[in-house]
Formats: sequence, C-alpha cells, structure tokens
Amino acid sequence: MATEFHNLQELRHSASLANKVFIQRDYSEGTTCKFQTKFPSELESRIERTLFEDTVKTLNNYYAEAEKIGGQSYLEGCLACATAYLIFLCMETRYEKVLKKIGKYIQEQNEKIYAPRGLLITDPIERGMRVIEISIYEDRGSSGSSSGSSSVSGSTAR
Amino acid sequence: MKNCEYQQIDPRTLVVSPSSAQKHTEKEAERPRRKWEVFPGKNRFFCGGRIMLARQSGVLPLTLGLIVFTCGLFFGFDCSFLVEHLTVFIPMIAAVLFLFVVISLLWTSFTDPGILPRATPDEAADIEKQINTSGSSTYRPPPRTKEILINQQVVKLKYCFTCKMFRPPRTSHCSLCDNCVERFDHHCPWVGNCVGKRNYRFFYSFIISLSFLTSFIFGCVITHITLRSQICKSLVQAIQESPASVVELVVCFFSIWSILGLSGFHTYLVASNLTTNEDIKGSWSSKRGADESGNPYSHSNIITNCCATLCGPMPPSLIDRRGFVPPDEAIPAASASEIELPLFTAKNDAHMEENCQDVALSCTA
Repeated sequence: MATEFHNLQELRHSASLANKVFIQRDYSEGTTCKFQTKFPSELESRIERTLFEDTVKTLNNYYAEAEKIGGQSYLEGCLACATAYLIFLCMETRYEKVLKKIGKYIQEQNEKIYAPRGLLITDPIERGMRVIEISIYEDRGSSGSSSGSSSVSGSTAR
Repeated sequence: MKNCEYQQIDPRTLVVSPSSAQKHTEKEAERPRRKWEVFPGKNRFFCGGRIMLARQSGVLPLTLGLIVFTCGLFFGFDCSFLVEHLTVFIPMIAAVLFLFVVISLLWTSFTDPGILPRATPDEAADIEKQINTSGSSTYRPPPRTKEILINQQVVKLKYCFTCKMFRPPRTSHCSLCDNCVERFDHHCPWVGNCVGKRNYRFFYSFIISLSFLTSFIFGCVITHITLRSQICKSLVQAIQESPASVVELVVCFFSIWSILGLSGFHTYLVASNLTTNEDIKGSWSSKRGADESGNPYSHSNIITNCCATLCGPMPPSLIDRRGFVPPDEAIPAASASEIELPLFTAKNDAHMEENCQDVALSCTA
C-alpha cells in the first residue's frame, strides 16, 4: 500500500498532464445516474479494457444503489415528511452514505490500478455528476513520446 | 527618526495604492475561499453558504408576511371564541399546520433546487471538439442539439451556451437565476427560488399544507361568525365585534382559489411524473396518439410515480457551496497575474478563475 501511495504522489510531482478523457452519462434508462461503459480510444495503450469496464460498472452499481426507489427510501421519505423535513438537518441520507463509499472506492482504484498506469480518476461528484474525468499523465523526463513513458510506468507496475 | 517613520509608513502606502491587488491577492491567497463566494450564477448566499436564494427574492417576504399575519389574526381574535364554544383542538391543529407551512416554505426557498455546476474548461473543450468533428466546417453549423434514446424514445438534448455543456434530460436553464437546474419545474416568485429536483417535494408539501391551512382557517372563521351572529341575533353586530375575521375571510377567500388550483395541478403532475415546464411546452402530449403515454420517465402506475417523485432518495447538492476553492500555489507564476483581476470581479470572470482552479485541481487531485 505504501508503494502505491508513493506512486500516486510521484505521479503528481514528476508527471505532467497530457490529456483528459471524459466518460459521458448514459441516459438510455432515464435520468438515473449511469455512465457509458464504452472504452475510449485514448486509453487503449494505457489500461486493459476489462479493468476499465469493471470500474465503470461498479460505479454504476453504486449509483443505482443510491438512487434505488424501494422500501428504505420510502421509509426515509415518509419519516422526513412527518418531521417537516427537519430530519435532513441531523441525519445523513442514504445517498450521502453511498457517495462516501464511492469516494473510497475511487481512491482505492486510483492507488491500486490507475496511478501505476499514469492515470487518475476524478470523482464524478466534483464534476456535477456529468462525467467521469480520467486524467492521462506523461512522465516529465520523457521526450514527448507516450509509448516510452507508458512502458516505463508499465514496467514499474509490473 | 524621520527615516524610521517614513519606513514605517511606506510599506503600507506602497501596498495599498499602486498594487493594492498584490496585497489583496496575498491576503486572499492566505485565506482559502469557499466555492459559494465564486459561484457564477445569480444567487445570494447566507450563513457561510448554507442558505441560498435567487438574486431577486421575488415576493417571498410578502408570502411569509401574509401567512404570518393571517394566522396571527386567527390566533389572536378567533381562537378564544372557538376554544370557548367548540374545542381546544382548533388552535392546536392550526398551529401544527402553520408550523408545517412555514417550515416547508423555508425549505423550498433556501434549498439548492438542483443546480448543475458549469462545465470546466477542459470539459467544454472536449465537447466542442466532438461537435466540430461531427459537423461540416464549410457552412454555419446548426443549433447544437444531440439526440439520444431514453427508454426507446428519441429525446433531444440542447447545448447550453452559458454552462457550456449539453443539458441532461429534463434540465432547463433558468434565466432569472442564470443556472441550469435539474428536473426544472418553474421559477416561483412567491417562494423566491427555482423549483427543481431537490426542492420539489418541499414545494409540494408547502402548497398542500397551505391549502389545508387556508381551508381550515376559512372554515373556522365562517363557523365563528355564524355562532356569534346566532348569539347576537345579528350578522352585522357579529362582524362589528370581530372585524379581524373579515380580513381573514377576504385573504383566505382569494388565496383558496389559486392555492387549491395549484395543488390540484401539481398533484396531476406528480401522478404523471411531469414537470410544469414539460406540461406547458407540451413535450409529450403530441405523442399521445402514437404509443403508450409518450412520457419516457413515467413509471407503470400513478402510485409509483407519486412515490418516486415525493418519497424518492434525496439527491445531494452538486455545487458544493461550502467546499474550498483549490489553493493557488499549484498554479504556475505566469498565470498568477491573470487571477488577480478575477478575485475582484469574481462573478464576471469566474470563468477565468475556473480555468486556474481546474489546473490546480488537476495538479492536486
């Protein structure tokens, strides 16, 4: 864990931002929060497709859990109405609890999988839940060729 | 001695007049600023960003004043008679309703309705790139829309030139507040805020409870005057004994029509999972002949629609008012001069500052 974290800090200090990829929302099932799982072409040389898809699918599952309309959300809603919504001042809603879980998950994914490959995921909540922003970093020492830097970072990861 | 005094005074005068911006930026850089202080929309913030209102509070003071005034008259002049002749539950019920109405009104007015933060410059550039590559560059491009499929139905997403993004479905840009609001219903001047995804349930509670309150007060005042005129054997004398009741009757009479009508209309909207915006524009009514209901967001039945809209999970505020603007140390010195001006004209040049914020975010994320 210490080496991965070291990688994340090293990434910020020694790498420069080359590009950003934005994963857009998928509205095919309505306005519930869901992101497209289509693999962007810019990441083809950086990360395996399955890892990326796993991350997005897990995030989608978390959001679906947060926005699920079921027994617990009805109970929360009715209780809130009965207390004139004053309960929102004291209690953390289920959505907020799930958002914290998502934050931890993204940090863990960054440390374990994305930082060693020179990538960084930004939590969608910081972008208004519109996009998943993935920043692509290049090693400052490289002569500008992305393949060179990726092989360097790849070899350190492996 | 004179040199000492000159040296003592000099740094302050030098810092205050010519590059006063310099001193202010140093001070500003020391004190981390919260995001509500640099918010680009037309909103006002209180209590350190916890409470927000539209820039024009509309007639919110009037709404609050009318409610408090009428209820005050009721408690002051009618309740004593009614408690004596009927039951003590009357002022209790009225008090509960009154509290519920005022609290719902305050929740509706002060809550973030579901404002979408504006796109970061990187995002906006990415979208521009996608639009330009798909269109032709030889002629003036058409207005920016994107068609997507929602539940097998084609929906057009419009591009918002202010917020620099394609608006998600059911989102609309409120020109009064200068913000894109999710599930935009309408901008209510009575409440002094937009009604959107996050505060629709508060707004609905407010109008329903207000309907009950006005009907209840109306009924009680009529009962009061009737009973009194039976005792005095004269309606005119009853009115003379209790003139406040007439004022309440007038206020309630005129309010009941509009409030009950509004409650009925919004109950219909909730049951069919529509927004006022969509209903007025007739977004789904034209398709009524073709397929099922035409509204791709509607669930199978009315109860599910009601529960989803009113008892669904409470989404979080996306604008993170109390968060800190990322510090400026990560920004290279070249752009430091660019951010001095925006710190004074935060609202107008927030875009430039967002650019710097984004660079900072990407370096410190």
